[in-house]
Amino acid sequence: MNDKLYKILLFVAALIMPIVCGGVVYALVTDAYEAFEHFGFFKFLTSSEWSYTEGAEQYGALPFITGTLMTTLLALIFCIPFSLPVALFVGEYFKGTKIAAILSTVTDLLAGIPSIIYGLWGFYTLRPLVMALNISPQGSGILTASLVLAIMIVPYAASLSAEFIKMVPNDLKEGAYSLGATRAEVIRKVVFPVAGSGIFSSYILAIGRALGETMTVTMLIGNTNNIPDSITSTGNSMASIIANQFGEADDLKLSSLIAIGLILFLITAFINLIGKIMIKRARIA
Amino acid sequence: MKKVFKSVMALTIALAMVACGGNANNGGRESQELSGAGATFPLPFYNVVFEQFGQVNGDQVAYGGIGSGGGVRNLRDKIVDFAGSDAFLSDKEMAEMAPVVHIPTCMGAVVVAYNLDGVKELKLSGEVIAQIFAGEIKMWNDERLVALNPDAKLPAEAIIPVYRSDGSGTTFVFTDYLTKASSMWREKFGTGKSVNFPSGQAAKGNPGVAGVIKQTKNTIGYVGSEYAFAQKIPYARIQNPRGEFVLPSSATISAAASGVIPADTRCSITNADAAGAYPISTFTWMIIYKEQNYSDRSKEQAMATLDLLKYILSDEAQHITSEVHYAPLPAKAKELSITNLKTVTYDGVAILQ
Repeated sequence: MNDKLYKILLFVAALIMPIVCGGVVYALVTDAYEAFEHFGFFKFLTSSEWSYTEGAEQYGALPFITGTLMTTLLALIFCIPFSLPVALFVGEYFKGTKIAAILSTVTDLLAGIPSIIYGLWGFYTLRPLVMALNISPQGSGILTASLVLAIMIVPYAASLSAEFIKMVPNDLKEGAYSLGATRAEVIRKVVFPVAGSGIFSSYILAIGRALGETMTVTMLIGNTNNIPDSITSTGNSMASIIANQFGEADDLKLSSLIAIGLILFLITAFINLIGKIMIKRARIA
Repeated sequence: MKKVFKSVMALTIALAMVACGGNANNGGRESQELSGAGATFPLPFYNVVFEQFGQVNGDQVAYGGIGSGGGVRNLRDKIVDFAGSDAFLSDKEMAEMAPVVHIPTCMGAVVVAYNLDGVKELKLSGEVIAQIFAGEIKMWNDERLVALNPDAKLPAEAIIPVYRSDGSGTTFVFTDYLTKASSMWREKFGTGKSVNFPSGQAAKGNPGVAGVIKQTKNTIGYVGSEYAFAQKIPYARIQNPRGEFVLPSSATISAAASGVIPADTRCSITNADAAGAYPISTFTWMIIYKEQNYSDRSKEQAMATLDLLKYILSDEAQHITSEVHYAPLPAKAKELSITNLKTVTYDGVAILQ
């Protein structure tokens, strides 16, 4: 009897999450329908017009898709030189030592800092630096937002990569050492090939985090609704346009913002799916 | 244990008595909690007024500064007691919802703030501001700026216009002014809570725009005056239709409202043709439903809402306006508002006699 009750409870608990997720998708699709119907799905994706003029409203998601993908991609590139060494330090060179434990704790702590703090730091510290270095006159832009995003996703990429690097079997590494390989060679020829897809998937998950970041990006990206023509120019991201304009939007604009939310949801889901598949492969190998 | 319980009880009772003792001025009804949402522009004024109202009347007011557009939407969804808005509702918007009453609460100015090394005073005309925000004047040493400011050392740097990324009553007032002052602006951009500014960068809320201007050289942007005062950002003298270059102050804002005010107080006072008038001045309103019985609101809550508005119109509250860099309402606007408040009903019966 007790066992049965337990089973039912677990079953209900397990059912809640898919129901919530299904509800989210349902709400997004029904509310975004008006925008897709009015502009056409592909037209909405590829139009770069974002015009409020009453009677001639034009909403297209392309500037925001571009802005989101640009910031995310750049953040990923910037984050590799910081996260990979941390992962190697913790997972290979100083595996199991006190200093590695300290380093990984400190890195994980970065994940706990609220995004508004990162945003303020970027606004008051990094942005003046970007201006002082004459990289861009206004300081805000894709580049500034990406740099802060990169720091924000380091802990996600580093701690998961470190786990996969730790999982590389000792037999393989010892085999390589016995053949006279140096430590650098072992890392290049043994650790990376074996843990590769695991490391790759940890970066994919970090991307998932960068895609949806709102507060930091909206404070630093400049919020201009056009396609950025270089990495130093201003732009806008999908999450940030929603945060900025949802409050007073109605009718077609509201529907367009929800449609952007749906596209963001799909992109995030797709990228997470790739990450999950890669992790599975890594486990099997 | 019993002792502790007793003292807690005593404390609770004492607190309850203090709370009851506070509402001597509200005609014996229970204290209410009012909620409103909307414009950030008058927020510094509202913060002071709501606190004083709480002390005088015993009613608490919670106000969310989410922008004029958001406030109006909350009112339309009937989840607030009042909306704050710097833009009065258009006839079309009014037709889409139950009858509402606009009550002006104070007047304020939108200032054109800038960040320029070594420039202490800047004079601008409506046409030049329009050209800057349209991206047609790109450099600080443009001859059109030099012509207005022959004595200022204007640098050969690119101008960075800063505007609002969210829908905003401040944007509405600013673009309403530009629409009146520049035919180019009227044709290309027009008036709205969100406008497609072609160049520069955007930030969220009045504090966001003020922060960007304060932090970034060669920027120019529009903010509610209080935000420029608070952050000590310099702002320009603006040319009014009489040809005078005017700085915003309680006196120059009041001068802008010396014209005729319609019975429902819905009027724009930008670019007012009056001596000494600051041209980007505005009323800011609280908007309430004419019929106060909606969303299960009690009659006492409706009474508290009207008490709040009456208090804001009182000399006591209006006196606060100039302390926080706004301007008091003209007598005519107060008079009209009291008349309008008397038309507000609960279940069809007028609340104020």
